[in-house]
Amino acid sequence: MKILRSYALRLARKRWRFRAMRKSRELTPVVSRHRAVRPGDVLLFSTLRNEKVRLPWFLRYYREVGVSHFLIVDNDSDDGSREYLAEQADVSLWTTTASYKRARFGVDWLNWLQMRHGHGHWCLVVDPDEFFVYPFCDTRPIRALTDWLDASSIRSFSAMLLDMYPKGPIGAVPYREGQDPFEIASWFDSGNYSITRNWRFGNLWIQGGPRARMFFRDAPERAPALNKIPLVKWHRDYAYVSSTHMLLPRGLNLVYDEWGGEKASGVLLHAKFLDTFAAKAEEEMRRKQHYANSHEYRAYREGLKDQPDLWCKWSEKYINWRQLEILGLMSKGNWA
Amino acid sequence: MATLGFLMLCHTALDRAGQVARHWAERDCPVVVHVDAKVRARAYDRLRKSLADLSNVRFSRRFVCEWGTWGLVAATQAAAEVMLRDFPDVRHVYLASGSCLPLRPVEDLRAYLDARPRTDFIESVTTEDVGWTVGGLSLERFTLRFPFSWRRHRKLFDAYVRLQRRLGYRRAIPQGLQPHLGSQWWCLTRATLSAILDDPERPVYDRYFRRVWIPDESYFQTLVRLYSQNVESRSLTLSKFDFQGKPHIFYDDHLQLLRRSDCFMARKIWPQADRLYRTFLSGEPGVMQAGEPNPGKIDRLFSKAVERRTRGRPGLYMQSRFPHENWENGKTGNVYSVFEGFSETFEDFEVWLGKVIGTRVHGHLFAPDRAEFAGGETVYNGSLSDSAALRDYNPRSFITNLVWNTRGERQCFQFGPGDRQDLGWFLAMDPNAQISVITGAWAIPLFKSNRDFGDIRREAAQLQKIEQEHLNVLRSPYVKARIRIWTLAEFLESPMEPLQTIVDEISPRALRRLTEAPRLTDLTGFGQFLQNLRNQGMQPVLMGDFPVGGGDVQPARTQRGRPYLVK
Repeated sequence: MKILRSYALRLARKRWRFRAMRKSRELTPVVSRHRAVRPGDVLLFSTLRNEKVRLPWFLRYYREVGVSHFLIVDNDSDDGSREYLAEQADVSLWTTTASYKRARFGVDWLNWLQMRHGHGHWCLVVDPDEFFVYPFCDTRPIRALTDWLDASSIRSFSAMLLDMYPKGPIGAVPYREGQDPFEIASWFDSGNYSITRNWRFGNLWIQGGPRARMFFRDAPERAPALNKIPLVKWHRDYAYVSSTHMLLPRGLNLVYDEWGGEKASGVLLHAKFLDTFAAKAEEEMRRKQHYANSHEYRAYREGLKDQPDLWCKWSEKYINWRQLEILGLMSKGNWA
Repeated sequence: MATLGFLMLCHTALDRAGQVARHWAERDCPVVVHVDAKVRARAYDRLRKSLADLSNVRFSRRFVCEWGTWGLVAATQAAAEVMLRDFPDVRHVYLASGSCLPLRPVEDLRAYLDARPRTDFIESVTTEDVGWTVGGLSLERFTLRFPFSWRRHRKLFDAYVRLQRRLGYRRAIPQGLQPHLGSQWWCLTRATLSAILDDPERPVYDRYFRRVWIPDESYFQTLVRLYSQNVESRSLTLSKFDFQGKPHIFYDDHLQLLRRSDCFMARKIWPQADRLYRTFLSGEPGVMQAGEPNPGKIDRLFSKAVERRTRGRPGLYMQSRFPHENWENGKTGNVYSVFEGFSETFEDFEVWLGKVIGTRVHGHLFAPDRAEFAGGETVYNGSLSDSAALRDYNPRSFITNLVWNTRGERQCFQFGPGDRQDLGWFLAMDPNAQISVITGAWAIPLFKSNRDFGDIRREAAQLQKIEQEHLNVLRSPYVKARIRIWTLAEFLESPMEPLQTIVDEISPRALRRLTEAPRLTDLTGFGQFLQNLRNQGMQPVLMGDFPVGGGDVQPARTQRGRPYLVK
């Protein structure tokens, strides 16, 4: 039985990879500068649509962390994102007008790009509103982390999504281009996450946080998944299955210790709840390009009608990674 | 006078190795560099060229150095021979790696060694006394054969070890050798080192050690015992290993820690740790006091890291720690108390308890409609929501989150057969839970309610059934919680004594007699109520033996119970 199950997953992985190859025809290169990539460089992959206002800070943040090259798929932006990205010296850009939903929310496109350009590199897959925080990120570049992971024979690194929100109504303070989004959205929920194990893929399934607390308190099973494995030493045979929540082969999902210890892990700070959110929710509802009939966005729109405040008196204000580690949201593991 | 020479074994980051070699060579310490034969010719040539201007740097014959293999020893031997041959003044030979970094000026080290001219610094421990070996092999490193790579063919390696154990196979250890193990990085005197290298028996020893597992940690460590007059069994190189047996790495943010360690040398340094290399190779006079090496702080830092990796934080469930059942090393993070039947038996029990033990006390956390947090809060520590749906979606996460979020504050909550029962087993199996039960107390609210008796009877039957099942769990032989159970009748006979016991356990340091008792609810007519249930064909059993005679169950309000024995 076990063999059959493994074989079924192997077939699934091959199917996703084949699908990625098929979907690669939808991508048109705009600029390719990936020849500049050197062995050992950390690469960042992302899909986006109309995120111009976020891009300057996004690029700055990851350049400072030590990402060497950005490989980005632009999904038909019309706000100048494409032009802006094309000018950046460390960005390779593809564009497409095809359906985001039918590319399984961009996973197929990125699987393809990683297959082509990510093999043998540490690859970070994040959205433009996700900011990767790892142990010692204030004193050590990301290469220190990936070197250590290599030395420890670890292939994948977990970073749970942590929803950040402002104090007061979501749209109250406007976000300016180039600004640190966490000057506005500086609060988070520290201890209301529900965890179960997904036996089929071997990953953990984490839900909770402010979104579950505010928008899904009557339908918790629909609350979005927060477990993510964004940093992987990529091999061309790997494939993301659903967003960056889980991968195949299954061993890559085993980013947690099962015998009482703690593996090292990070956090993706999620700057979703800025003033841009309401407009985004509205647009996504119209485009119907999101997961499970966009019920997530439907719930937001319902919730957003009465100008909600995600903040509560137990919200924590973000300071640094050490705070997150003390709260138990991430761990240093045995990295010291 | 060049009295101190360095051997360097280099694999990667040759530019850094070159930098360190230059540092030593310019300070009148001869250096012999060995570069792994796997390193490409271009990189090797670049290193040679960069050091070409230094007259006291040599390169030795290259061997393939794979972890745990003979190549490392062969490389060391070759380099040591060059050193002893070419630099006759050298009295102490220091074995370092390409990722070592000197923390104190060479003069310090030289002075230290000059004061101990006949001492060999090499960690050398008998196999019986080491607890740190990877894979659990210590003496067997010397008596088994290891044809398979531990790194690449782990399964074959393990299987072959098991096979040899079963067959009782043993290699003979050459006469006169007493197996010792220790850190690979040593500092030996010329006398000892040349004695080892020039020993007429050396071919025998070499042939033997070629097949020993990880000979770089045992060859010199064992042979030094044959020749040395004065072994100081410790390494001068600060090098810590984690639980996988790989060395911890130092980064820029360890600068202060390394400075204060007073160690002569540290391994291993991350090649891009610019600040460390800049600071320690700057050649400024040392900021350190010339004391004995004192790596205590670093030891603690790293052993804490290993503990975090292997034991973790008790009671924490998160993205990178999700233990199997019974491997949690603490199902929850702190002790907590569960009260069943108390808030029914006493008026305002929660307020009273909160006052007595000085903490917030919850109502029924698992009530069907919402989690009744203390003070009627809708959100609690850690932004935990009171929504019943969220709680029931994953009750285990709910309780473990609550206890984790309120670390340092004991949680007390009410529980009863009217609540969601999913967590019964979890609570019973948690050594942190202190569960006190007054059975049958659920009947009191029914007795006080003004509902249709038919409804009451039905509900009583149901609650009794649920509580009975719960009690079966609490009485199972597997429970780990601290559990106390009284029937309602039993409890009412002398309520203060059990209360005192529970309170003492919660705050043992207080050692106070309870002065104010919680107010018992008025039970006039309760006996008759139970009789009515019986008359309707329902048998209430969990309350114990209650007299039918009406309101005679009224213990004195301020009764202090029997004299209470204080420890």
